[in-house]
Amino acid sequence: MSASTILLWVVLPYVTIAVFVVGMIWRYRYDKFGWTTRSSQLYERKLIRIASPLFHIGILAVVIGHVIGLLIPESWTQALGISETLYHIMAVSLGLLAGICTLVGIVLLIYRRRTVGPVFSATTGNDKFMYLFLVAAILLGLLTTFLAAGFVDHGYNYRDTVSVWFRSIFLLNPQPELMAEAPLYFRVHAIAGLCVFLIWPFTRLVHAFSAPIGYVFRPYIIYRDRGPHDLGNRTRRRGWEAVGTPDKRRRE
Amino acid sequence: MRVMAQVGMVMNLDKCIGCHTCSVTCKQAWTNRAGVEYVWFNNVETRPGQGYPRTYEDQEKWKGGWKRTRRGKLRPRAGGRLHRLTQIFSNPKLPELADYYEPWTYEYDTLISAPQGEHTPVARPKSLITGEPMKISWSANWDDDLAGGPELAPNDPVLRKIKGEVGDRVKLDFEQAFMFYLPRICEHCLNPACVAACPSGAMYKRAEDGIVLVDQEQCRGWRMCVTGCPYKKVYFNHRTGKAEKCTLCYPRIEVGLPTVCSETCVGRLRYLGLFLYDEERVAEAAATENEQELYQAQLDLLLDPNDPEVLAQARRDGIPEDWLEAAQRSPVYKLAKEYQVALPLHPEYRTMPMVWYIPPLSPIVDALRDTGNDAEEAGNLFGAIRSLRIPVEYLAELFTAGDPAPVVRALDRLAAMRSYMRDENLKRPTRPEVPIRVGMTEESISEMYRLLSIAKYEDRYVIPTAHAEVGRQLDELECSLDVAGGPGQYHSGTFGEASGRPTPVAVETFQALKQRQTSETIVPTEDQSGRVNLLNWDGAGVPLGMPSVPPRRSAEEADDDRS
Repeated sequence: MSASTILLWVVLPYVTIAVFVVGMIWRYRYDKFGWTTRSSQLYERKLIRIASPLFHIGILAVVIGHVIGLLIPESWTQALGISETLYHIMAVSLGLLAGICTLVGIVLLIYRRRTVGPVFSATTGNDKFMYLFLVAAILLGLLTTFLAAGFVDHGYNYRDTVSVWFRSIFLLNPQPELMAEAPLYFRVHAIAGLCVFLIWPFTRLVHAFSAPIGYVFRPYIIYRDRGPHDLGNRTRRRGWEAVGTPDKRRRE
Repeated sequence: MRVMAQVGMVMNLDKCIGCHTCSVTCKQAWTNRAGVEYVWFNNVETRPGQGYPRTYEDQEKWKGGWKRTRRGKLRPRAGGRLHRLTQIFSNPKLPELADYYEPWTYEYDTLISAPQGEHTPVARPKSLITGEPMKISWSANWDDDLAGGPELAPNDPVLRKIKGEVGDRVKLDFEQAFMFYLPRICEHCLNPACVAACPSGAMYKRAEDGIVLVDQEQCRGWRMCVTGCPYKKVYFNHRTGKAEKCTLCYPRIEVGLPTVCSETCVGRLRYLGLFLYDEERVAEAAATENEQELYQAQLDLLLDPNDPEVLAQARRDGIPEDWLEAAQRSPVYKLAKEYQVALPLHPEYRTMPMVWYIPPLSPIVDALRDTGNDAEEAGNLFGAIRSLRIPVEYLAELFTAGDPAPVVRALDRLAAMRSYMRDENLKRPTRPEVPIRVGMTEESISEMYRLLSIAKYEDRYVIPTAHAEVGRQLDELECSLDVAGGPGQYHSGTFGEASGRPTPVAVETFQALKQRQTSETIVPTEDQSGRVNLLNWDGAGVPLGMPSVPPRRSAEEADDDRS
C-alpha cells in the first residue's frame, strides 16, 4: 500500500474528524456570539425567497442520501427485499434531483451575493473561501452521481467499496485499500467532502448545527431567572469560585 | 395565583412635543453601531401616520402578535411551531430594509478636502449600506408633523380601519383638528410574541422584572422574532446576524436609574414603576374572545399591591420587601389601574403590552379653543370629547381595539382634572361634582394632578434596585448590546468583528456608578473608551466623552498667542 493511500484514506479522515470535533467544541465555547446564520434577507427578499429554501432543502435531502448510502450496508437493504437495481434507480433519481436543487440553489445564492450590492459588501473572505469548497464538493458530487449511475459506461457500485471504507473509519479498522480501488471521481469527491468538514468549524457553516429542533417541544413563553449558582453579576470563571463553594459545585 | 413583578412605563401623550430627544439619546446610547444604523429602539411617530417601519400596524400584512384559534387557544399569527420551522430558510414576513429606511451619512470630508473651485463643495448623502451616493426618500420619521400628509397619512393602518363617515372627516379635517406624537419603545409584554417566535429559545422574559431580552450567545439569527413582534420592536443586526431590541436600559434599571429615554425626556412625560401581576392568568386573559374586552382583561391581571392577600402571595413567590414597597408607590399602577387614564397600545395584538399611554386631550382642547369657547370649562370639554369623534375613534383604535368608552373615560378624567384644578388655582370655590361626574373623588383628582403635573423625579420613577442575593447574574443573562461593537465593548475576537466573548455592559455601568456614588462632588463619569456614553449618565455633570466647552480666553491671552 502506498504512502499516499494511507495519507489520503487513513490520516486525512482521522485528522478531519479530530479537527471537526475539536474545532466545533472550541468554536462553541469561544465564539457563541459569532454562531449565526448571518442572514442577508434584510437586504434582499425576492431572490432569497426561492434560492434559500431550494438550496437548504436540497442539501438536507443530499445529506439524508449520503447517510443512507454510506452508513447502511448493502446486505441490510437486500434483506429488506430491495434489489441492487431498485436501490440504484432510487438513489440515482432522487440523488440527481436533490443535487440539482442544491446546485441551482447555491448558484442563485452566489449570483445574488455577487450582484446585490449590500449582500456583496457583507460577504467576508471567509465566506468566499467556504463557497469555493462547498461548490466544489457539490459539483463533484453531482458528477459522481452521474458517472456512477451508468449513463456513460456500466456505472459503479460504491456500496461495495466507498461505503465499506467510510464505515471502517468509524469502526477504527480503516481499510484504505478499498478506496484506492474506487474510480478517480469518487476519490476526488471524497476529498472535497472531507475538506468541507475540515473547514466547517471555522466558517458560517456551523449554523447547520443549530437547527432548532427543541422549538417544537418547548412552551411559547420563556422566563429566565437567576439560578442558585452565582452571586453578583458575572459568571465566575473556573478557579475564581468564592470561598466556601462546595467541591461539587466547583466542578460544574 | 403566582405573583410576578414587571417594570412598566406610562407615557403622558399630552406632554409630548415631538422633539425626538428620547430617540436621539437612546440611539446614542444603544444603536450607534454598524449593523443597527437603521434601528431605533425608541422612535417618535406622528399620528395619524404610517409609523416605523412603514405600516407596521397592518397585521394582515406583517402577521405579528397572537391569534385566537377557534378552540380558544392562542397561536402566533404567523403560524404555529411546525409551520414556522418550514419557513426557516427564508422568512416570508420579514420587513425589508426599505420598509424601515436605508440609513445614510454625508460625505462631510469633501467639505474640507475638495480642491479650490468655482462651486462651493457639498456633502452628498451616501448610503451606509452600500457606500454609494443615494437619494434620501424615507426615514424613521419621514412623515413627522404630518409631512406629506394627504399623500402618506391615508396609508396609516389605524386610519384605514376607521371607515365611513368618520374616516371621511379625518381626511378632510385632520390637518387642522388632530395630530399628536406617539413615542414607542419595546412594550416588554406579559405575553411576548417575539419570545414565542424564537426558534433558538434565545429570547426570554426576565422573571425578576419582566424585561424582555435577547440572549446574544444563543441567538442564531432566524429572524422569526422580527415577524412575531406586532410592534416591530425587535430588529435584526445585519452585521452581527443577531436580533437586538430595546432593553429597557436594564443596566440602569437594576441600579434604580430610569431608562435613558425617560431620563432625557424634555417634557418629563414618562413614568416608570412596578406592576404586580398574576402570571398564571396571563394566557387566559390574552385569549379573551372579544378583542374589545382585552383591555379590561389586562387591567384585571394587575394586582393591587395594597391587598394583604396579594402581598402574602408575593412574599411566598419571593418578591423582596423593597420591591413590594415600590409597587405600592408605583406611579404606573396608579395611572393605569387606579385612575385608568393610561391605556395599553393595541391590546388586540394579545401580547399584553406593558407600556401604557395617557391619551392626549390637547388636540380636543385646541379645537375647542379655536371655536371661541372656554376650553378649560368642564362642561364644554366633556361635550367636545364626545362631539369630536375623530380623535376618540382614532385613539380607540390605538388603545382599546376600537372601544371608545375607556378612551372617553380617560379623556373625561383629564378634562375634569383641568377644570377642577383651575378653580383651585384661581382661588375660586372648587366644585366637588366635577370629579364625581367622572367617577373620581376630590382627593384622587388632586393626587392625579400632583402625579401628572408636578411629579418630581422620585415620584415619576419608582424603581427598586435589583437584588444580587436573590440569585444569578441578573444583568449578565445577556442582552443585545454588551457585545463586540456594542456599547459595552469595542473589541473583537479572532473571527473578526462580532466574534469572541463580550465584556458585560454592567461592568462598565457599575464602575461609573460606583465612582459617582463615592464621590463628594458632581463629577463627569470617567472616560472609558473615548465615546460619548449616555448609558451611565444620571443627569449630573457632563456625560462621559462629551466635548466640553473650553473656558473663554481673554483678549490678552489671544494676543499672546498671535505674537
